[in-house]
Amino acid sequence: MAKVETHTITALVQDRPGVLARIAGMFSRRGFNISNLAVGHSETPGLSRMTFVAEGDEWVVEQVMKQLYKLIDVVQVYDITAENIVLRELALLKVRSTAESRPEIMQIVDIFRANIVDVAKDALVIEVTGDEDKVDALIQLLQPFGLKEVMRTGRIAMSRGANTTGPRKGVKDAVNQSAPDTEVVP
Amino acid sequence: MQLTGAQMVCESLRREGVTVLFGLPGGAILPFYQTLPEYPDLQHILVRHEQNAGHAADGYARASGKVGVAVATSGPGATNLVTPLATAMMDSVPIVALTGQVPRAAIGRDAFQETDTTGVTAPITKHNYLVMDTADIPRVMKEAFHIARSGRPGPVLIDLPRDVLTDRAEFDYPESVNLRSYKPTLEGHAQQIKRAAKLIRDARRPLIMAGHGVTISGAFAELKELAEKAQIPVITTLLGIGAFPGEHILSMGMPGMHGQAHNNWAIDRSDLIVAVGMRFDDRVTGRLSAFAPNAQIIHIEVDPAEIGKNVGVAVPIVGDARRVLHALVVEVEPATHADWLKEIDVLREEHPFVVPESDGLLPQYVIRELCEATDGRAIVVTGVGQHQMWAAQHYVFKEHNSWITSGGLGTMGFEVPAAMGAAFAQPERQVWSIAGDGGFQMTFSELATIAEHNVPVKFAIINNNSLGLVRQLQDLFYDRNRVAVEYSGNPDFVKLAEAYGIWAVRVTEKAGVRAAIDDAAAVDGPAIIDFRVEREENVYPHVPAGGSVFEMLERPAPKDAPVWRK
Repeated sequence: MAKVETHTITALVQDRPGVLARIAGMFSRRGFNISNLAVGHSETPGLSRMTFVAEGDEWVVEQVMKQLYKLIDVVQVYDITAENIVLRELALLKVRSTAESRPEIMQIVDIFRANIVDVAKDALVIEVTGDEDKVDALIQLLQPFGLKEVMRTGRIAMSRGANTTGPRKGVKDAVNQSAPDTEVVP
Repeated sequence: MQLTGAQMVCESLRREGVTVLFGLPGGAILPFYQTLPEYPDLQHILVRHEQNAGHAADGYARASGKVGVAVATSGPGATNLVTPLATAMMDSVPIVALTGQVPRAAIGRDAFQETDTTGVTAPITKHNYLVMDTADIPRVMKEAFHIARSGRPGPVLIDLPRDVLTDRAEFDYPESVNLRSYKPTLEGHAQQIKRAAKLIRDARRPLIMAGHGVTISGAFAELKELAEKAQIPVITTLLGIGAFPGEHILSMGMPGMHGQAHNNWAIDRSDLIVAVGMRFDDRVTGRLSAFAPNAQIIHIEVDPAEIGKNVGVAVPIVGDARRVLHALVVEVEPATHADWLKEIDVLREEHPFVVPESDGLLPQYVIRELCEATDGRAIVVTGVGQHQMWAAQHYVFKEHNSWITSGGLGTMGFEVPAAMGAAFAQPERQVWSIAGDGGFQMTFSELATIAEHNVPVKFAIINNNSLGLVRQLQDLFYDRNRVAVEYSGNPDFVKLAEAYGIWAVRVTEKAGVRAAIDDAAAVDGPAIIDFRVEREENVYPHVPAGGSVFEMLERPAPKDAPVWRK
């Protein structure tokens, strides 16, 4: 069996109605397991950037990328897993709190360099950014206090240094990128 | 120039060189239809069912190499296009489908005849558009035709809300398309082509497997040149039939589930497969782990997503088949492969392709007679099932662009409307629809259209009063437990033809076959022959689904046919 790995893939797509539905539909139709998807405007007007986390062996990930390329609205696709990247996720957590528990929660929030963004008599809303492990750890610690609601954005990622995954001079297009030289795995 | 949306669509069709449309009107698409009389050079063929409009556009596209156009209204009109769009998607056929949609303000309110057409058709089109601004129509039309016909061709749908068709805007047809996210790679990578040539040089048992891509790119001469220069036998997939002359000494025939047995054994022994414009469909490979165990694979394909999808590839070459082969031929060294060709001859002898001697009317006999009567030069359109496989096995094509069949999706009923479309595309050529009695009954409503326009399509119905290939599966793999396969209430096809005013004849004996074919061919207009063939005849060889060459059933004696189980 080929090794199942988690890959972080970013895609630059045309900012058009239905593009998300096309991509989501393609994933489900071809049985690709996408555990995470985040989307937002890119630095270029008219283009959005998406981050996917795809799980599978090398074959699956290659197919995910090729099938993404094949969609007319997709401009470029990058697998940035192997690169030196910054991974972040934003989460909002609503925790039950009382006068007694509040200081302890605030201490935990401090340790995680998270923020309390809303305080009510019996609840706090906490904002935290970091990789998934950090968010998971904070959630675990807050569980005993009574976690009322969790909202997570999913992973977004960017390579460190000056490299970009944007449309730049010299980079032609999606299909050319997919490269005749690609090593193909059965 | 200020035009209505409907006028813009017509002007765009004209600029894309469209002359024939197949369609059926309805409320939402009506502004388009009301405009058609202003454009007499756009011939609209009114069909009896939108599915047939789609298949007719498909047949038209395959026979002409141009983009086929189908028109339907919103809701049920659009959903009736689903099957032909999926058919064209699987077989890489360029179609542009124009559908009406409810007015913009009504979208999303479950209005009368509203369907999320772009949502429904997204996975079965190469691309689709919902036009929300009349001014976008020229760009969208230009892009749609470009996307449909370029790279790996496929169907594109344009959904047009009624008020988008009636609004006016400035019409300025773009000269070119600029899609930053769509630029198919056509030229093969020079280094990869060199690597491929080296593998070919070192191979002792090479095979070429040619698919639809050869036909689409028109790589006939290049393929022949490669095969002859390096003396490599050529296997043609179901959709690759006609890509290589059937009578050529290096022509092997079809591989896979119902391919000639010697091909599957040759693939098993081969040490190098040069795959051109094909996609290693499961009907070709059988069980992947047992497919071509000794072979390295060079895969020449315009769609990068096909490379490595089903089989591992030693040398992938993304590009247009014709251009890549053109470059490859230069690099390849001449060879003889005498031992390998001899080995293949032995395989042919050991696994002969037998048509049983019979006094009864065998379907294979009918098709062989048809091939002879038409000198292998007819355009042959089929449906799906036994008759399709027999046609693939026994009609030897002398001309390219002559074999039109629903390969990937396997759409029964394709044979009637697609043949009509092909006849509109090639009025000078003889078009024969080899039909099954099952498929024919799915779409024969189009006989009315065929009669109206006196379209000279000749139908050879291979009538066994059953869903023959399903019956065969039940016989071979389900202990002869026949369920829901017999058509005991088939109509009298000769009388049916009469009702449409179409010439028809019934043939029940071998003796009458040739005369009926010649008579039908001589009719100035459509003709139908009802061939009452032997009901129990099976298609052989038969590789069980998911099986390998080692489980291939070659014509057994009918009584003691082995029952294969998993």
